[in-house]
Formats: sequence, C-alpha cells, structure tokens
Amino acid sequence: MSDFLGSTSAAASVALLLIGAGMTIAVSAASILLGFVIAVPVCIARLSRFRVARWAGGVYVSFFRGVPLLVQLLVIYYALPSVGLELPSFFAAALGLAVCTAAYQAENLRGGFLVIPVGQVAAARAFGYRGAQIWRHILLPQALRASAPAIVNEMIAILKASSLVSVVGVADLTRVSQNIVARDLKPIQWYGLAALIYLVISLGVAALGRGSERRLGRGGLAAAL
Amino acid sequence: MSLDWSLLAEYAPALAHGTLLTIVLWLGGSVLALGIGFAMALLLAAGPDFLRAPIRCYVEFFRGTPLLVQLFLAYAGGPQIGITLSAFTVGLWGLGLYGGAYFTEIFRAGFAAIPPGQLDAARSFGFSRAQSVRHVVVPQIMVLVLPPAVNMLIVILKDTAVLSILTIPELTFQVTGMTLETFAFVEPYLALAVLYWALVELTALGGRVTEARLTHRLAWG
Repeated sequence: MSDFLGSTSAAASVALLLIGAGMTIAVSAASILLGFVIAVPVCIARLSRFRVARWAGGVYVSFFRGVPLLVQLLVIYYALPSVGLELPSFFAAALGLAVCTAAYQAENLRGGFLVIPVGQVAAARAFGYRGAQIWRHILLPQALRASAPAIVNEMIAILKASSLVSVVGVADLTRVSQNIVARDLKPIQWYGLAALIYLVISLGVAALGRGSERRLGRGGLAAAL
Repeated sequence: MSLDWSLLAEYAPALAHGTLLTIVLWLGGSVLALGIGFAMALLLAAGPDFLRAPIRCYVEFFRGTPLLVQLFLAYAGGPQIGITLSAFTVGLWGLGLYGGAYFTEIFRAGFAAIPPGQLDAARSFGFSRAQSVRHVVVPQIMVLVLPPAVNMLIVILKDTAVLSILTIPELTFQVTGMTLETFAFVEPYLALAVLYWALVELTALGGRVTEARLTHRLAWG
C-alpha cells in the first residue's frame, strides 16, 4: 500500500482522507435531516386545500429542483454574506444541500401520501381522531413507509452531491483528496481512493436501506395483525 | 439592498458566450450519454456474456461516485498515464459517461418490460422481425423510457455547472468570474439561477408534450 502510494507520509494521508470521509458523512447526514424538516411543511403545502399554499409549495419544488446545486451553494456562500447574512462554511454547505434535497424529499413524501386511500381519513374521523392526530397517527407513518425506498435513493444522491461543498471551503472527502494531490502529485491513486470510498459508503447506505425496509415491512404487518 | 441590473448588460457578450457553451455541453453530453446508454443496454440484453461484468462495473462506478471526482480523476490523472486531455474534452466525455451509466439502467428497464412473447405474437401475425421491433417493441419502450430520460436530460443540464470547476468557461464560470470582478454577487447569481430554472422547466414541458403526443398516438393509432 505505502509502495503504491509511494511516500512515507501515505499513512498520514490515508488518515486525512478518512477524516474527510467523516466530514462528507456529517454534512450529508445534517442536510438530509434538515432537508426532511423543511420537506414536511413543503409537502403539506403541496397537498393543502388552499390554492396559495399549493402554488407556493409548487414554486419551491420547481425552483430548487431546477437550479444546479452548485449555483445554490454559490448563492448561499457568496450572495448571502453580501446582504449581511454570514454563515460558517459547514452550515452554509449543509443549508445549501438541505434546501435542495428538501424539494426532492417533499415530492417523495407527497408520492407516499397519494397512495393512501381517501377513505382512511373519513374512517379516522369516525373513530374520533382530529386533524393533527390524523396527520400524526394515520397519514405520516404510512407516507413515510411508502416513500422509504425513495428516501434511501435521495441519501445516496446527496452523498455524491456533497462533493460540491469542496468548492465552498468544507474539508470533505473531495477537498481533502485535492489537497493531498496538490502535495504529492499522484491524482490517480488519491482520486481513485476517494472514488472508492464514495462507492463503499453509497453501497453501505443502500444495504442499510434494504435492511430497514424489511424491518418497516415487518412492522407494518405486525401492526395490521 | 438595490439591485443593479446594468451590470448584466455590460457583461452580456461573456454571458451569451457562456450560455452557448452550456447548451453545447448539454446537447453534446446528452447525445453521448444516450448513445452510450443505449449501446450498453443492448449489449446487456443481447450481447455476449463476458461483457456483462465489465458493463455492470462501468454502471456501478459512474453511478456510485460523484461526477466531480470522476472529472478530477480524468483531468488530473490522465497526464499521469500519458493521456493529456483538454478540460472541454474531459467535461464533455465526463457528462457523457456519467449520464450513460444512468441511461444504461433506463434502457435496460425499458427492454426488460417488454415480454418476449410479444415478438413471437407479432411474428405469427406475419410481421417481419424488423417490423415487429419497429411497430411493437419501440413504441412501447419509448413511452416507458421517456419520463426518466427527460429527467436525466435535466440532470445533465444542471451538471454542466459542475464543469465550471474544471475552468470550462460555461455560464456558471462566466458569472462567477463576473462576481469576482465586480463584487456584485446578488444580481448575477439570481439571474443565473433563474436562467437555469427556465431552461429546466422548458425541458420538462417539452417532455410532457412529447409524452402526451406519444401516448395519444399509441392509444388512438
């Protein structure tokens, strides 16, 4: 290994690369979670009976799915400070990824709600459930379960998209490999290793997703019995 | 905050040039991606068995790693093994190979959805092999493949912005250069975002119109 990478500091570089991978996972996870928090109200707005809310939700989804993520990151990193809103680069990056993934997550979630039969709401009302309770106990759990595979896909997409945060000063896997290459001029080895790490993480997320889908499926059956 | 739009007029030639290059990269990358994806899916469906594993590796690698890392690998890594490519070539082929991996899956799913019995049925009605492919298989695949294919064209359009990192002077690169010279960040980036948004919505609209036409023709002959 150290022969292939060709320097005594190779071990140190590998350690740096792994720290970068940790940063990639941290920024991806933070943005998926924050994105979900944004996605729920956007999705509810898309399904609202009020036309203004539906329209606003639609514009949000269309805009953040229609603008390249890199441009969104540049706006948050460069344009927001010039109007007096300065964020540390980790938060700027996580926020940029989050507002983007929220648009996709909102649509996935909406797809999950749309497969729930309408009669269930009437049935819940007949059992004495009220508006918020229906959302909390009847609709949201089912929508989440139905959209679980799409959420796993979105996690993998964000993991890969997070490589763009290297442009706005976050020391993620891509940025760290760039720094190492700048020093020891072995791009194939280091970018190759970085690519391999991305591949392993995304395969890992996919495997976790399949596992939790099975568990969710069992939970559904157990609840039905 | 007052927006100063006269700046945009001043930089109009650079922006026009950038827009043109963005569209060239998008169309070129899309044509490559479609061609590569179609060829790979065809090889997976009807090619020799020994090609399966390398094609799967190609698809998994390009779908499982970030485009940016793939571009760095080719652009910086190429010279290390004696292949020096221009940023434009790397960008164009990067988009093509990256998109091609996704198109392989899109076409593969399309091919897999047509039951082989349909070909036999068409043949027994007296269609030639070419006719049954042309009139029975292709129209159905088109309907199945169109929505994900339009999505992918939109992904490729948005990913042309990533090529700015390789210093290819497309639209995002031009606008970033402009912001660094003028220190005006809000107007240029806002205009940039709206321009991409408009292009994406136009593409999506084109996809919906084509889809409506296609299904209408299938249903009503």
